[in-house]
Amino acid sequence: MGWMAEHTRAKRPRGSWRRFPERGLLGGVATGVSARTGIDITAVRTIFVVLALAGGFGIACYLIAWLLVPATGEHTNIGAKGLGDRTGMTVAAGLASVLIAVFVLLSLVGAGWIGSLAWSFVISTIAVVLIVRNAPQDEQMTLRRLADPLIGFTGDTRRSRVALRVLIAGVLLIAGVSTLLVGHTNTALLRPLAGVVLVLAAIVVVLGPWWLRAGRDLVAERQARVRAEERADMASRVHDSILQTLALIQRRATDPQQVIQLARAQERELRSWLFEERAPGSLATDTTFAAGVRLIQAEVEAHHGVTVEVVTVGDCAIDEHLESMLAAAREATVNAATWSGALVVSLYAEVEPAQVSLFVRDRGRGFDPAAVPTDRRGVSESIRARMIRHGGMATVRSVSSEGTEVSLSMPRAAGMLQVPAV
Amino acid sequence: MSVPSSTRTRVFIVDDHGLFRAGVRAELGDQVDVIGEADDVEPAIAGITHSDPDVVLLDVHLPGGGGQAVVTALRATHPHVRFLALSASDAPEDVIAIIRAGARGYVTKTISGADLVDAVCRVAAGEAVFSSRLAGFVLDAFAALPADDQERPSFDSELDQLTPREREVLRLIARGFTYKEIARELFISAKTVESHVSSVLRKLQLSTRHQLTRWAAERRLS
Repeated sequence: MGWMAEHTRAKRPRGSWRRFPERGLLGGVATGVSARTGIDITAVRTIFVVLALAGGFGIACYLIAWLLVPATGEHTNIGAKGLGDRTGMTVAAGLASVLIAVFVLLSLVGAGWIGSLAWSFVISTIAVVLIVRNAPQDEQMTLRRLADPLIGFTGDTRRSRVALRVLIAGVLLIAGVSTLLVGHTNTALLRPLAGVVLVLAAIVVVLGPWWLRAGRDLVAERQARVRAEERADMASRVHDSILQTLALIQRRATDPQQVIQLARAQERELRSWLFEERAPGSLATDTTFAAGVRLIQAEVEAHHGVTVEVVTVGDCAIDEHLESMLAAAREATVNAATWSGALVVSLYAEVEPAQVSLFVRDRGRGFDPAAVPTDRRGVSESIRARMIRHGGMATVRSVSSEGTEVSLSMPRAAGMLQVPAV
Repeated sequence: MSVPSSTRTRVFIVDDHGLFRAGVRAELGDQVDVIGEADDVEPAIAGITHSDPDVVLLDVHLPGGGGQAVVTALRATHPHVRFLALSASDAPEDVIAIIRAGARGYVTKTISGADLVDAVCRVAAGEAVFSSRLAGFVLDAFAALPADDQERPSFDSELDQLTPREREVLRLIARGFTYKEIARELFISAKTVESHVSSVLRKLQLSTRHQLTRWAAERRLS
């Protein structure tokens, strides 16, 4: 064992216990234990929780460790500071004596089993008071963040409401506890159950707003994500319509007639997007996928003067995912028509029961996907990211002077599965 | 680089548009011998019987019954004459019908001159010529057949289904790959690609499956 001790010492030269508040959930005690002993952090936390359930023993242990173990980068522990904190000591002693009195009373009434909770409860209370008063600034912030929804003391929170909540909780708690006590001496089985329900109700009243806020945070976060996705969708639409048209205008700058025509068409499209909310390139809801592919063919042939050869196998109704896939396909086709130099672009679309695939191929000059500047968002944003956002996939294969093929695939929604007609 | 006339493929063109016949003639140039042309079913049958060409370029749609009628009429008496369907844009059922009648391939009128010459020579050599559109039609037709049909008669079951490899080859043709590119993609020889395509053609022509006919009928209705 000697060499093991050596080994451990070599690894952690000071050999002292430390807390890691910035890595932990509360005071970083479990993290510290895990770091010191090498036991998995989750296991340590589980042990603390289990001990906490065993008469609050784990809570007391945790809080004492919080007091006695210095945080990383600190030289003293909170406990040492607490000893010098006279007010804190007074408050702690006062609270402890009140609690002890309550427990003594309870055990006199006949609820001796509650006495088993007493010691850990008293120790925890003293520790919490000292920690709250003497912990360094950042740890106090953590505590406040945790306690704040519980008590609701920050800023201008309506105190009347908090008081009301605490009052209701108190009434429920007293009712619950007394029912429990009565039930303990009585043989009636339902009463203790009612007591439990009341205690639970008390917990809900106290913690309910906290849970609600946590729930609201989650919802808000999801909304933010949805907004970000909408923004990205809009960016790709702008790219597909406006930026593509601007590129075309630059390439045809020598032909004023064409430029005017392009600008007019773009203006019409933009207007109908902004004022009639008809997104560029969007389709009527009752079109099918194959019809959408043929629409791409018609559009690109009209605007870009290339031949688009379309082969479709199978067909299905369009949903928003497939609409995005069509938008990506349109983008790929426009890219091929604009940049490849090829006169023919081939589109192949196949609808299978489980997925829809689409291939856009040209025999043009090809390009190196890695060499495309990052501000050219056509491939990365309008095609790949758009497909991924909707659960699909896009790959680009390009060989210099042999051409480019963009492959798109999108799994079909389970509800749309249909047996092909015989 | 003109080919000596004795070995040149002898081609007969059937199309109801005179302008188009002239166009094809010009596109084929002196790579093949255009030995005759016709604008409808009856003159086509007469002309082909008389001139006995290697390859007939056949429009899918003709006023007097369609290209299918020409193939059906001549298949028994002139088995060595090969038909290549050539058309602008057609309903898949018409194209499948003309292939089932006996044509060795189908190309669209947008095909380039060089590709057309190549297709004609390959048909003359007995190969099957699938354009991307035909490959799509065939995939569609076979996809419409249920994979596990209880009524399937056991003796010709393999004629009613494409093998995964054939499907793969057809898919690549539909995506616009040439045979050579398909061979490279699948790590097989161009010859093997050709044999897969021929096998698909045979299945298409020999399958007695009612479903193929029914599929066509349904397509026509919708």
